[in-house]
Amino acid sequence: MNRVFSYKNFRVLNSILMLILVIATLFPFLYMIAVSFSDYRAVGRGEVFLIPVNPNITSYTQILGMSKFYMSYLNTIFYTIVGTAISLVLTIICSYPLSKKHLLGGTVILKLIVFTMFFSGGLIPNFLLLRDLDFINKIWAILIPGAISAYNVMIMKTFFQGIPSALEDSARIDGLNDIGILVWIVIPLSKAILATIGLFVAVWIWNDWFMALIYLPKAENLRPVSLFLRNIVYGAYNQIRAGNVLDSKDANTVPETIQAATIVLISIPIIIVYPRIQKYFAKGMMIGSIKG
Amino acid sequence: MEDKNLTLPKKGAQGVSKSSVIKTALKKDLLLYLLLILPIAYFIIFKYLPMYGIVLSFRHYKPGGSMIGDKWMGFTYFKLFLKDPTFWNVFKNTVVLSFSALIIGFPFPIIFALLLNEVRNTKAKRFIQTATYLPRFLSTVVVAAMIRSMLSPSSGIVNQVIQFFGGESIYFIMKKEWFRPIYIISDIWQFMGWSAIIYIAALSGVDEQLYEAAHIDGAGRWKQTLHVTIPGILPTIMITLILNVGNTLQVGFEKVLMLYNRAIYDVADILQTYIYRMAFEKSTNYSLATAIGLFQALISLTLLWITNTISKKFTEYSLW
Repeated sequence: MNRVFSYKNFRVLNSILMLILVIATLFPFLYMIAVSFSDYRAVGRGEVFLIPVNPNITSYTQILGMSKFYMSYLNTIFYTIVGTAISLVLTIICSYPLSKKHLLGGTVILKLIVFTMFFSGGLIPNFLLLRDLDFINKIWAILIPGAISAYNVMIMKTFFQGIPSALEDSARIDGLNDIGILVWIVIPLSKAILATIGLFVAVWIWNDWFMALIYLPKAENLRPVSLFLRNIVYGAYNQIRAGNVLDSKDANTVPETIQAATIVLISIPIIIVYPRIQKYFAKGMMIGSIKG
Repeated sequence: MEDKNLTLPKKGAQGVSKSSVIKTALKKDLLLYLLLILPIAYFIIFKYLPMYGIVLSFRHYKPGGSMIGDKWMGFTYFKLFLKDPTFWNVFKNTVVLSFSALIIGFPFPIIFALLLNEVRNTKAKRFIQTATYLPRFLSTVVVAAMIRSMLSPSSGIVNQVIQFFGGESIYFIMKKEWFRPIYIISDIWQFMGWSAIIYIAALSGVDEQLYEAAHIDGAGRWKQTLHVTIPGILPTIMITLILNVGNTLQVGFEKVLMLYNRAIYDVADILQTYIYRMAFEKSTNYSLATAIGLFQALISLTLLWITNTISKKFTEYSLW
């Protein structure tokens, strides 16, 4: 075998490649952190790479001084906590009965639920439905329409089915009914999957901006922080367009650092939480067998 | 077909009438059915009612009027968009963007998983995996804002590098020829690590004995990869590919919405953004927009059905 391509050399090369890959993946985010702590003039001149230039926290004090920012940030926290709670409860009470193979009609219900993964009414029927339910410009428009995902039901149902039925049977002999078994036996044994699905839903709600864009057109006070960031991005863009200055240095320098600070503040909770999700969702992806 | 009921140990219900079967089921599992009431109501209201709402694409919508329209129009709206060249351009954009993203992006997670598999240090392995997952969990708004910021013609890092090497600054997000590369490259950045999970799991499932046997037969690491590892994960690769083709029209709509602008509609406008603008920006032509949405949903469903049938035939995996 060719010496240059020996396994030893390959491993060294591979390690370097992996290092580059990690840096490339994290780079945009590290760059945003550097920009957010830099002097906006230095950013405008394009001097910032990975180390902040004239480090300061002006953009953070500015952004935290905007009532719109922290209001929308609080809204996001509210939607995330309440929305996740609603979603978990509904997913549990949906998955537990369906995990019982003897349940009459269970298979049909399950099939009808799975069908919603592949076909949906689409944008406008959904919007008109929420309009008729009087959800538009209300918190319900964010909390309810996405509350149960068929995919999460499948994962949770499969997990419930893996719980030894002997445990449930002995609880039944001890006099517990189905709801008692769910609350006292099944849920305590499913903490791991509940935490994972809960975190996944929480991340999803935290990140969502499109539902807020179409369902909260007039309710500025109810908007999540992701929509705030979207409007900043568009604000900067429109500023450039309105002035017809395609490369003016001043048109987008101020938003640039503030935008970066907003990105960092929105992403920090996600970065703290996401490493905990991966373990189980690797499993979840493998479950794939929607047949049940 | 296990029948685990301690309360009703009767065997089979052949001789019993249908209604009494339902009655015993209700009696035995009443609490379970009660639990299901809310979720079923949820699926009826928020999933199946909008499906019923699709009839709007055959009916005329009066602004502020009923969600299913007020007058039967038959296929008027379908004929309308099928004759519209703008629609066909948007359709083409959707197909080109989704297929090129799929074809170009598909090998990356596989190669990444194979290379990661050669990293022996468990801690380093876990760190690399965790780091590469990160973009998958960031909001589309954050991703798009980062892309826009990095590509900014005046201050963005990419143009700084171009200028450093003596090139001209490029206004990337206003250039038609750059839209697809930006979309696809950022897609790879976003999803490579996450999509690799399934291959990493498959790799850990390859039988160790096969490697030992290959080693005894004198196969080096490279040959082992070629003859043991890749065949070992081939079923996973196939099923993933088939499923991805099935989902192919589901382009990253939110990312396009955040990245495109009027200057590049020609290449960047896809079906969902077109529908979105038709309903919420340009006009409120709900019936037409619903009709286009139905058209896309049916194509997606057909693609999924075809790929699933193929998968069922050639692999042991299928969605239904």
